[in-house]
Amino acid sequence: MMLSHYLIVSGILFSIGFLGVLLRKNTLVVLMSLELMLNAVNLLFVAFSRYNLSLDGSIFVFFSITVAAAEVAVGLAIVVALFRLKQTVFVDAFNEMKN
Amino acid sequence: MHEIFFYFLVALTALSSLSVVLGRNPVNGAMSMILALVGTAGLFAMLGSYMLAALQILVYAGAVMVLFVFIIMLIDIPATAAYRHHWGTLVAAILSTLTLGGGLTFLFLAPEFRQSMPEIAGAASNGSGLVFSSQAVAYGAGLMGKYMLLVQVVGILLLVAMIGVIVVSKDLRATNSGKSLPTPPAN
Repeated sequence: MMLSHYLIVSGILFSIGFLGVLLRKNTLVVLMSLELMLNAVNLLFVAFSRYNLSLDGSIFVFFSITVAAAEVAVGLAIVVALFRLKQTVFVDAFNEMKN
Repeated sequence: MHEIFFYFLVALTALSSLSVVLGRNPVNGAMSMILALVGTAGLFAMLGSYMLAALQILVYAGAVMVLFVFIIMLIDIPATAAYRHHWGTLVAAILSTLTLGGGLTFLFLAPEFRQSMPEIAGAASNGSGLVFSSQAVAYGAGLMGKYMLLVQVVGILLLVAMIGVIVVSKDLRATNSGKSLPTPPAN
């Protein structure tokens, strides 16, 4: 397989995640779409790391996965706190900072 | 054989990603997300990073998605009312996605990316960079050697995230309304 195959797959996955972030109103699905985007970037990292025969990119994916896990934990805690406040997880309800 | 497997994994990952984004039920979305992550892990394995494939399944498809499913089940969202968009939002989202996807695809079709992958066996060190290897020992040596400081920084980040989650999860309104504070005895 050529390098461009993996890069295009990564671009498509990133676009799908991007669509989810823009389109969906459920905060949990938005968070999952963010994870899809991070995942696509991880694939890009590994593909370039393999192409350049350098391990540094692959090791960076370790840290990327760790940061994503921390981000999910904090994000879900915020979603639960907002749900306690508003009894909904749809983004339209969260407009405290508007006025 | 290699190519059939590649396209199978790509189809699995892309279709389940679309199912996450377009599906109505968040629980089904989480299940599709697990499939998408497993497909990406397969792509990692095809690239020779078996260690990252295992880590992806353990951490992402295991721990992170269990957390997602747990929270989805905890807060019990009504499955209806998923789609009520202004058509402007819809058109803008689809247009910008097509622009992004088309642009990235055009960029990645450039001739300098149309190279086949080099053999792992012929890898040689070029200065300060670590040499690519499929073996887990190479990752361990890199993490405990060149990237030791980064490992410790990430450890602190996890600690901060843990404290942050505890602070955010505490119900502060209960203490603010004075319900949980004991009233002093009147004498």
